[in-house]
Amino acid sequence: MNLQPTTLQKIDEVITHYPVKRSATLPLLHLVQEDLGWISPEAMEWIAAKLELQPINIYEVVTFYPMFRQKPIGRRHIKVCRTLSCALTGGYKVCAEFQKQFGSQPGAVSADGEVTIDFVECLASCGTGPVVMIDDDLHVKVDLARAQQLSAQIKAGAKARSTP
Amino acid sequence: MPAPDQHRLIFAHIDEPGYSHDLACYQKHGGYAVMKRAFARKPEELIDEVKRSGLRGRGGAGFPCGVKWSLVDRKSGKPIYLIVNADESEPGTFKDRYIIHQDPHQLLEGTLIACFANNVKQAYIYIRGEMPLGARILEKAIAEARAANLVGPNILGTSYSCEIYVHRGAGAYICGEETGLIESLEGKRANPRIKPPYFPAVLGLYQCPTIVNNVETLCHVKHIADMGGEAYTKIGTPNNTGTRIFCVSGHVQRPGYYEFEAGKITLGQLLYEVCGGPLPGRAFKAVIPGGSSAKILRFGERFKGKRKVGAELVDYDWGVEDVPMDFDSLGMIGTMGGSGGVIVMDDSVNMVEALANINAFYAHESCGQCTPCREGSLWMKKITTRMVHGTARAEDAALLKSVADQIPGRTICAFGEACSWPTQSFLAKFGDEFKNYSETKQGSPAPATLI
Repeated sequence: MNLQPTTLQKIDEVITHYPVKRSATLPLLHLVQEDLGWISPEAMEWIAAKLELQPINIYEVVTFYPMFRQKPIGRRHIKVCRTLSCALTGGYKVCAEFQKQFGSQPGAVSADGEVTIDFVECLASCGTGPVVMIDDDLHVKVDLARAQQLSAQIKAGAKARSTP
Repeated sequence: MPAPDQHRLIFAHIDEPGYSHDLACYQKHGGYAVMKRAFARKPEELIDEVKRSGLRGRGGAGFPCGVKWSLVDRKSGKPIYLIVNADESEPGTFKDRYIIHQDPHQLLEGTLIACFANNVKQAYIYIRGEMPLGARILEKAIAEARAANLVGPNILGTSYSCEIYVHRGAGAYICGEETGLIESLEGKRANPRIKPPYFPAVLGLYQCPTIVNNVETLCHVKHIADMGGEAYTKIGTPNNTGTRIFCVSGHVQRPGYYEFEAGKITLGQLLYEVCGGPLPGRAFKAVIPGGSSAKILRFGERFKGKRKVGAELVDYDWGVEDVPMDFDSLGMIGTMGGSGGVIVMDDSVNMVEALANINAFYAHESCGQCTPCREGSLWMKKITTRMVHGTARAEDAALLKSVADQIPGRTICAFGEACSWPTQSFLAKFGDEFKNYSETKQGSPAPATLI
């Protein structure tokens, strides 16, 4: 486990928020995932030891909550809302557009390792559908033109990194 | 009749130019003054104010908040916890997002008043995982409040201390269910607990008495403490007091959030006047009035019966447009006000596709603890999915109904009802579209994109 010092510091702090250590399971999983990108079996064992639990206690949580990932994803994470209000305003077409732009299927990392597209359930911004979250940022009223624009930004960012 | 004006109580400052989410701005607008006054009163008085106000929970069930508080076991000697339910996960609902992002201190002030009234020393805000920005804003707001001695030990120099922490969920709808939320906060899978014995008011978080209130409900508490319970009942209608925030999404000209006095606006006024009516060239077909699990209404159907107005029973004969938007009226016509999420569908929508979308959601979100819900939600999804992909069978409509009818009442939590009501009501209201599906769509190619 190679966690950054700030992550370790946050982990120690957050455990103090609860009278029972086990309550810190979700916060620790979030912190580890934010640091390392995903939750490895090693990470689960490490968190279990930290909280004085068995690894199964962490594993069962990781497999229950959709946001925890057991494998790495692309550098950018595109989450398109699939649920009714967004679907009524074109969410499926938007997801298809992102798939076309990056040539990858939902849940898979694109060939260049740049993005992972997920078709997720309700993001609670139904009045501004279709909505898309890219990493931590919410984008509202994403029509096809906007999806193309956002894709272009991601591609430009990737290009800028690969040309020093 | 023209629609009434909005009555912005909770959303008074939402989208106001120049209004920011920092403490200085909130205090400039009179922030925490209500809390200061409340802390000078006896906690029991504050509980009485909330009881008198008739405030009903805004998360979905509409349970009276004062009653919820009075059920708390205060004799156990165990600490009492308060959890702010900011999981906002019912599809069609997006009101709490704006409170959290734009006016977090309003939520904190309401929370602190509720904590003081109930002698709570530790509160948690359980915010859904998909709102990382909201969590950061809340954490910053709490830090600001702590620095100003508004949260933490000996608040404002009194002997009362209260700590608030933010706890992030991780994408599971079931965490909106209060006992599932408690399990999740304890670091486990969010499998709801069976009641009895696990009523949160008695055996909640860490087996201690626990109050779980919705974000909007707690904001109302602040306003009740401000104006008094009696004055609060003057807003809205009897038994449906205060304001309600309606989140309108789907096929209307102006989707968005609108706050009105409860019961003072009809569904027709809301959709045609406030939201500008259907999209050009379209007509309304159906509406789900209280979050995606609420039973659907079909434009054109009529509801007749008797209802109480004051002490008298009067006849009502309503179309969908005439229904007043309050818990009781929506309940009378067989649906619910729920969380205030109004999802509108126009005549371009294929109802089988719409139901397939909803069923996919519930199949994905069932926690899997109770067999009728885990298996039933999955079967309803499988059947509607094969229907929209051109392999409908003649018996599918009847099979769907049979599966849906066997779930409610047989599960630990209300998810069983929530996942079966859409199927039951879609079949009851749009049965014709489902019955003929196997003939009209058999063998047709799968649509490239649904809806």
